[in-house]
Amino acid sequence: MPPHFPKPAEGSWTEHWPELGTGPVDYSDSTDPEYYKLEQEAIFARTWLHVGRVEQIPRKGNYFTKELAARNTSLVIVRGADNEIRAFHNICRHRGNKLVWNDFPGEETKGTCRQFTCKYHAWRYSLEGDLTFVQQEHEFFGVDKSKYGLKSVRCEIWEGFIFVNLDPSAPPLADYLGEYGKTLAGYPFGEMTEVFTYKAEINANWKLFIDAFAEFYHAPILHAKQAVKGESDKLVKVGYEALHYDLKYPHAMISSWGGMSPPKDLNMVKPIERVLRAGLFGPWERPAISGLDELPPGINPSRHPKWGIDSFHFFPNFMLLFWAPGWYLTYDYWPTGPHSHIFETSLYFVPAKTAAERLAHELAAVTFKEYGLQDANTLEATQRMLNSHVVSEFPLCDQELLLRALHNASRTYVKEYADGTAAE
Amino acid sequence: MALLPSEFSELERFSGWILETERERYAKRLASSMEEMQEFYDAAFPRLDAANKYLEQFPVRDLPELERNLLLLMMSLVLVSFPVEVWQQPRVPDSGAAYLDLVVEPKV
Repeated sequence: MPPHFPKPAEGSWTEHWPELGTGPVDYSDSTDPEYYKLEQEAIFARTWLHVGRVEQIPRKGNYFTKELAARNTSLVIVRGADNEIRAFHNICRHRGNKLVWNDFPGEETKGTCRQFTCKYHAWRYSLEGDLTFVQQEHEFFGVDKSKYGLKSVRCEIWEGFIFVNLDPSAPPLADYLGEYGKTLAGYPFGEMTEVFTYKAEINANWKLFIDAFAEFYHAPILHAKQAVKGESDKLVKVGYEALHYDLKYPHAMISSWGGMSPPKDLNMVKPIERVLRAGLFGPWERPAISGLDELPPGINPSRHPKWGIDSFHFFPNFMLLFWAPGWYLTYDYWPTGPHSHIFETSLYFVPAKTAAERLAHELAAVTFKEYGLQDANTLEATQRMLNSHVVSEFPLCDQELLLRALHNASRTYVKEYADGTAAE
Repeated sequence: MALLPSEFSELERFSGWILETERERYAKRLASSMEEMQEFYDAAFPRLDAANKYLEQFPVRDLPELERNLLLLMMSLVLVSFPVEVWQQPRVPDSGAAYLDLVVEPKV
């Protein structure tokens, strides 16, 4: 069957990047605890990790904490008196107590303060990380306060997204994000401040959930019941093909048609969608802000008129999705073990001006959750059987290119790290 | 004491669905029978468009109390639309023990 949308001259998207091969992919990278240990060192200790948005800490003294189980640490991200955003390891220099936490030491928190005060012995730190007060300082043996500031972590910002990197010698964030960082710049992220954030613990390797959201091949099948019956049958028959793929190692993107905004035929969608004029793809009408008519060149790179959504995967664990009706979504996957991770997703809309707009956003968020629950539970089923090791190599199709790219990037990082360590 | 604007007084009997957070709304969905949700849907859905038009005259970020209740009630309608229009059961099929908690939601 000829493709609905043109593929590269090689005949497939996958063969356009021959280093990926077309053979089955070994999924022991998602089951083996030893491999996970290597990933922690090779990937999470040295890549740029997205931890939040600048709008979460708009004022001086605003902070939030971020648990990094993959590095066995916790960070505090804070806006200083000088308006700079900084990241520190969330540890008191006196005896190692966690500096910022509430009620439960393992849970994340957020708030506002003038300084950080340790709950244990009241050592105090400025918002810029300097040690400013030692309780009964005269009892200590010449502690030089200037040498006991909070341990800082690299923290850089791209288009309002806050990233950290635990490797002091890592290249700058802008270099790491590469071409996508440049070609997505200018999207009106800062206007989209009405946020819904979902969080869940998932009993599956972090890469398996990226796999789920990096292809739409599953959508007509797994989510069949969510479409109106006749429409769902048509979707299964046609199957799924993306408009365009692109890889810029270690990052990748998929560009897709879709989005019923508005649908060609109102009978294709559910009654409440007809009234609220919204659905999974968001509100049918774009918000009236500038910056959406002429999208940055990185979005809808094939400039296809049927374009509906782009998903960018920034290695290792951050995805950024742009929807044609003018909103965006993020996914973050935080490993907590070889077979578990914390999944976070946020939907960002231009703030509703009317109740009808608010309900349209609500419907998009509720719909997202209905789909997400199906995806999340399926992952646990996948992880369970991968752990059986009955089969460890799996064929991936051309529409699963981003999965091939992700597992390849993970293996390459792990191999380069292992080779580097062996050489030392 | 009325909880909803007088134009929507026939929905007062569903005031148990006026809930502050998604977490509370979702818990009530899971704790409700399909009959209860169908009854709520059948009464509220035909008024959704009217509610949107009625609420247009108020600033959405500063709604008076009864109007705010009406919006919260309609947010519950959005949530029960899935069990009623799609699943025919309160839970998402095949979702097992999976959960997705809404930890940040826009203020109403």
